[in-house]
Amino acid sequence: MADKLTKRQIFFNPFSKNNPVIVQILGICSVLAVTAKLEPAIVMGASVIMVLAFSNVIISLIRATIPTNIRIIVQLVVVAALVVIVDQFLKAYAYDVSRQLSVFIGLIITNCILMGRLEAFAMSNAPWPSFLDGVGNGCGYALILVGVGSIRELLGSGTLMGHQAIPQWAYEHGYANNGLMILPPMALIVVACIIWVHRYKHKDLQEK
Amino acid sequence: MKSLKRLLDRARPAFGPKGRFHAFHSIFEGIDTFLFTPRDTAPGHLSTHIHDAMDSKRTMTIVIVALLPCLLFGMYNTGYQHWLAAGETIFPFWSLLWYGFLSILPTIVVTYAVGLGIEFFVAQYRHEEIQEGFLVTGLLIPMIIPVSTPLWMVAVATAFSVIFAKEVFGGTGYNIFNPALVARAFLFFSYPSQMSGDAVFVATNQPFGFGPAVADGFTCATPLGQIATSTSDTLSVVGIDSHAISSWDVFIGLIPGSFGETSCLCILIGAAILLFTRIASWRIILSATIGSVGTAYLIHAFANTTYPATMLNPIDQLTLGGLAFAIIFMATDPVTSCRTNTGKWIFGFLVGTIAIIIRTFNNGYPEGAMLAVLLMNAFAPLIDYCVVRANINRRQHRLKLAGSDKS
Repeated sequence: MADKLTKRQIFFNPFSKNNPVIVQILGICSVLAVTAKLEPAIVMGASVIMVLAFSNVIISLIRATIPTNIRIIVQLVVVAALVVIVDQFLKAYAYDVSRQLSVFIGLIITNCILMGRLEAFAMSNAPWPSFLDGVGNGCGYALILVGVGSIRELLGSGTLMGHQAIPQWAYEHGYANNGLMILPPMALIVVACIIWVHRYKHKDLQEK
Repeated sequence: MKSLKRLLDRARPAFGPKGRFHAFHSIFEGIDTFLFTPRDTAPGHLSTHIHDAMDSKRTMTIVIVALLPCLLFGMYNTGYQHWLAAGETIFPFWSLLWYGFLSILPTIVVTYAVGLGIEFFVAQYRHEEIQEGFLVTGLLIPMIIPVSTPLWMVAVATAFSVIFAKEVFGGTGYNIFNPALVARAFLFFSYPSQMSGDAVFVATNQPFGFGPAVADGFTCATPLGQIATSTSDTLSVVGIDSHAISSWDVFIGLIPGSFGETSCLCILIGAAILLFTRIASWRIILSATIGSVGTAYLIHAFANTTYPATMLNPIDQLTLGGLAFAIIFMATDPVTSCRTNTGKWIFGFLVGTIAIIIRTFNNGYPEGAMLAVLLMNAFAPLIDYCVVRANINRRQHRLKLAGSDKS
């Protein structure tokens, strides 16, 4: 990294300027898969924050002792262990949501954001900045997930967190839920719209 | 006409770079060039390019003319089906037509208002001229959806297709998918209960209080819908008054269905206009017909009751539903189909084949033509690329042979 980032930048950059989903376009698969409803989106976001923050810290702590040629395996083992913990935790305390998320909690292991942060940041930084970086990137990911999830649940099912959000009189006057919003293609289009608005506000991110 | 021209010429300075209404210059340009030949084309004797009177505005106008028979017939048929549903026995021609006109008018107005509104806005915003592609799209959308689709759904679908199928790709001429079909697909997947089933294809309301009343809860499925849910050994397709629908009825088009696509006769008139003016590609039309009838014959040979549509006569496959309309007016869209001649043959053939396969083997989608055309729209650039590469390879090979001869 050419210029040294302050701790504040490390934490807040991933929220918007360097957002993992809408700027780096990482982790799109899980954004499509878990955002049909808001609740799983929030749980998924929280899980990724946890896994990302602690794997960053652990890798940062042992970064001097990891042999370079097996570092990916070591990173995977750390991430996998954390994912199993999160998965078991959800099964114990939030069984319904873990059923909805099904394999996608397990697939956090393959989420590009994790490997990206471990390789790009935790391998060359001290534990405390790594922790901030992990939480920041996790929050940036969760932010998009929650945004997409609320739009899709509101327009697709007329509810938010399972509670009816569109008033009943709208249905009585002929309003109908948009079935396409539940289907994966619409998640892509919603993400694209968020990117569209974001690039419009941040002209420096626009490709020439 | 002269006075209109004078009026436009007099208004022109106000829309110029320093004029009062400069903000609306693209709307002025749009109206002006729609009515008269653009004035800033190079004069023929000075330029090196040959100018043709057929600019894209004139092309669009001819497509609209080709659509008119279907539109008028759709109005009559809407009225006819409504009169049938109301249990009437006399069918006054002008009343039927007037009823159909009143039913479809709000939909057409909404499509044009929403679509052109967005196009005008985008053109103004990008400082471009208004492009004319939406003239046809705006008429196609009402014709390929059920007549009783709620207006707000039409508005949402039109806005979606104009923004996401057209403007984000760069506007008219750059779109990958046919915007009218994207609007229909959007409606189909978003509001399935409004786009399929047995309650939507016959107008049961009384627009502006006109026409006889129809009993509440009236239902009648389209022929393809009936076939898809049929379970018996013999296909029987009935109309509203429970008389069997013959192939002739299907050809003329007095059957329930989407507004403009029931009549094969009117579609053929439209096809004749498009082919005579060379706007539609005869290659696509011919190969799509061959593809669909060929596939229909093939699956008819293995007819069984699991897939009731396989028992359908191959010619009926072509005339039922939206396939004929899609082949003539959608698959031939010069922007979204293939450009190369070989590509056009492949494109059309696959449209026909896939449409029949979808409608036969997936009972959930009795109308496969829409999905087939959209799918092939996505593949059109690839087909073109392969055709061009194959040509280059062949010629390079020939060059190599010629080179080795010399040495």
